[in-house]
Amino acid sequence: MEFLLQPWAWYVSGPLIALVMFTMFYFGKRLGISSNLESLCAIGGAGKFNNFFKFDWRKNKWNLAFMIGLIIGGFLSSNYLSNTKSVAISEQTKIELNDLGFKNAGDTYMPTEIFTAKNLNLKTVSILLIAGFLVGFGARYAGGCTSGHAIVGLSMLELPSLISVIGFFIGGLTMTWFIYPIIFG
Amino acid sequence: MKYIKFLIAGIVFGIILSKSEAISWYRIYEMFKFQSFHMYGIIGSAVVVGIGFVQLIKKTNLKNTDGNSIEFTPKKSGKYRNIIGGMLFGFGWALAGACPGPFFVLLGSGVFPILIVILGALIGVFTYHATKSKLPH
Repeated sequence: MEFLLQPWAWYVSGPLIALVMFTMFYFGKRLGISSNLESLCAIGGAGKFNNFFKFDWRKNKWNLAFMIGLIIGGFLSSNYLSNTKSVAISEQTKIELNDLGFKNAGDTYMPTEIFTAKNLNLKTVSILLIAGFLVGFGARYAGGCTSGHAIVGLSMLELPSLISVIGFFIGGLTMTWFIYPIIFG
Repeated sequence: MKYIKFLIAGIVFGIILSKSEAISWYRIYEMFKFQSFHMYGIIGSAVVVGIGFVQLIKKTNLKNTDGNSIEFTPKKSGKYRNIIGGMLFGFGWALAGACPGPFFVLLGSGVFPILIVILGALIGVFTYHATKSKLPH
């Protein structure tokens, strides 16, 4: 049981992720999380404003079930399957983040400076909202997110997925190296 | 009941993403700063093993649970959509410190401010479909 409660090594987690992808193929589906966001828009009545969202979201119930599973999985993992709340990030990362104003980096999964309700203010809410907007807009523009492109698309050796993943990293590196110091510095 | 297997697959995936620390904002920052191999190891080994699984399915002509051949339909592609969409996604991924799968895992973990990110993502998806006829694909 002890090995379950510890953080899992990359060489355990990565192959397990591939196994989930395989299982979904075996179930007749292609793993991909971000298309659920379209279903959620459709359920929320976005079809009233845009004909695209008039598609029958009920045919995506399997994926919504998977998404609800993610929520349950997060609940089970954080409440019953963890013996620590901290994340063993590198010392260099801790030092850098401290300079950017993030104290106690790695003590929790998420920085309390942004991700706790009591620290929400105009700046943090704007950051979270804009970040979400870019993820949603970009994922559907590119036709997929980390699961659909980086895991499944690359496993299928799809060139558009490789280009998308290169795009993910150009964007992510630019944000982390050049824009973070402006926002948080 | 026919959706229960997908619910279980989602639970398992959520636990993997959580226990691997892939849902941690810090791990994403660390990855983009090249300060640890952890995230590269997760994604890299998932893809290497995934390539093996896809080849195995093709070689054995494995049937899915509906009794049909497993199809590997390529996603829609275009000259611009993958690179531009990908970059916008990357900005958001690094700024939120999470991508769509972890959004929902974090929600289940009790990180409720992630709801603001999810709201932003829904607005982003809506805006994409409202403006896509004007965007280069």
